[in-house]
Amino acid sequence: MDERAAVLDLLRENARYTTADLARMTGLDESAVEETIAALETDGVVAGYTAVVDPSKLDDEPVRAHVECNVTLDRETSYRDIAQRLAGFPEVASLRLMSGDYDFALDVEADSMGEVSRFVSEKVAPLPEITQTVTHYVMETYKESNHRFDTEEGDERISYSP
Amino acid sequence: MSETPLQPSDRVASVPESGIRRFFEVAAEMDNVVSLGVGEPDFATPYRAREAAIDSLQRGRTSYTANKGMVELRERIADHVTRYDLNYDPDEEIIVTAGASEAIDATFRALVNPGDSVAIAQPAYVSYEPGVRFAGGEPLPVETRAEDEFVLTRERLEAAGAQEAELLVYCYPNNPTGATMTEDELREVAAFCREHDIAVMADEIYAALTYEGDHTSIATLPGMRERTVVFNGFSKAYAMTGMRLGYALAPAHVVESINRIHQYTMLSAPTTAQHAAIEALDNCEPDVEEMCTQYDRRRNFVLARLDEMGIDCFEATGAFYVFPESPWPDAGEFAEALLQAEQVAVVPGDAFGTGGEGHLRMSYASSMDDLRTAMDRIERFLE
Repeated sequence: MDERAAVLDLLRENARYTTADLARMTGLDESAVEETIAALETDGVVAGYTAVVDPSKLDDEPVRAHVECNVTLDRETSYRDIAQRLAGFPEVASLRLMSGDYDFALDVEADSMGEVSRFVSEKVAPLPEITQTVTHYVMETYKESNHRFDTEEGDERISYSP
Repeated sequence: MSETPLQPSDRVASVPESGIRRFFEVAAEMDNVVSLGVGEPDFATPYRAREAAIDSLQRGRTSYTANKGMVELRERIADHVTRYDLNYDPDEEIIVTAGASEAIDATFRALVNPGDSVAIAQPAYVSYEPGVRFAGGEPLPVETRAEDEFVLTRERLEAAGAQEAELLVYCYPNNPTGATMTEDELREVAAFCREHDIAVMADEIYAALTYEGDHTSIATLPGMRERTVVFNGFSKAYAMTGMRLGYALAPAHVVESINRIHQYTMLSAPTTAQHAAIEALDNCEPDVEEMCTQYDRRRNFVLARLDEMGIDCFEATGAFYVFPESPWPDAGEFAEALLQAEQVAVVPGDAFGTGGEGHLRMSYASSMDDLRTAMDRIERFLE
């Protein structure tokens, strides 16, 4: 694994690893780690850093929905054009173009089911290219960004073993 | 007349309690212990292997298997070990056991006559010496030293008088030191064994956890296959310690002797675990690679932190242990004080026999968070 891949792999595992720890784990010196991270950021490979939040642990748990959208294209409108419009809404946490039965998958977050419904019916569905939306409300999240939320696994090994 | 007729035999009574056991009892009473004292992976068995175990249970595959293990598993093992240039006939030269530990114990009993001298490269896995004694043999410690990076050398063998031994037992990559041996280093040991007609028991349970260079098995060297029993298993590489599944590779007549004991004691290895093992060999290589990557990072981290603390440690390149020098002259006192003051569990090196004195075994088979906490606490303790 080259330096860039090694650092990226570790950042994806835990973006809060200190530069010193990244250096210790990869065997690089700290300045090399800093340079590698800077290059990853400059090149847009690392687009941002965020926390993985278990929403059920929040006092005000947001409502999340997965919205499938079908669209129709014309000579002057591309998927990218539609994506630009959808991505601009702050309610849209993630947006992907999909293969299969529908075109776009939106992860929508809001304070209430009513707010999600209004957003989909008043902002998304009326867009001229949107032909159909199907909204699935998230009932529970068990795993997010490789972190599992449903386990209480401690280290069950005995403290000393041969 | 004794109070009860249930008295341990002299052979059992001659074997002391494991040096690890004493610490375990102290740690078991404590909360918030961060343990570097464990000799097993912190990963769960790969999911596919667990699923295969569940599937085998649901299908009611819970009967005994062939004494030597399921034919399908022995065939997979035969394929698998070709990565180390080992070629063994699955019908005649492979036996599946309840952990490599059972294979080692049965082999001692199969090969050792009362009074036979068995050379043990030390520091060593805690079960070898008792295993030799239970078989009626005489353990002969062959000390390896930090200045040689804990490799076994001809000089060390000769100094210990191993030329008189019938059998040599070693483990590389090594528990507790994390040392590995190169092919050239093994050639020297092999030559010594051929010259003095010594049989070899090569415990290669950590073979897959070799971080620098490739693992070499002594059985691949000229004239060694016929005098070597190789041990391996699923506990370490596949994080299957509780499944208790290992195997031995040896010439047919040796496997037959091991099986003579195995068939009257264990009958066959756990069936559920054998199903899991087939899946592990077929489909869990990416899991092993991922675990190796994680161990390697942790190894680098721990070695770097020890270095920053001024604790001398040779660069362990295998298994998941480092074996630094104890900051205090008495490693046992240090381990006990560290456990009491900072709730960090490490094992004093003398628990693994001569050559281990003045050292500590630290396992890095723990999460990065735990390793960081442990290292911070050790640093604070030393201040």
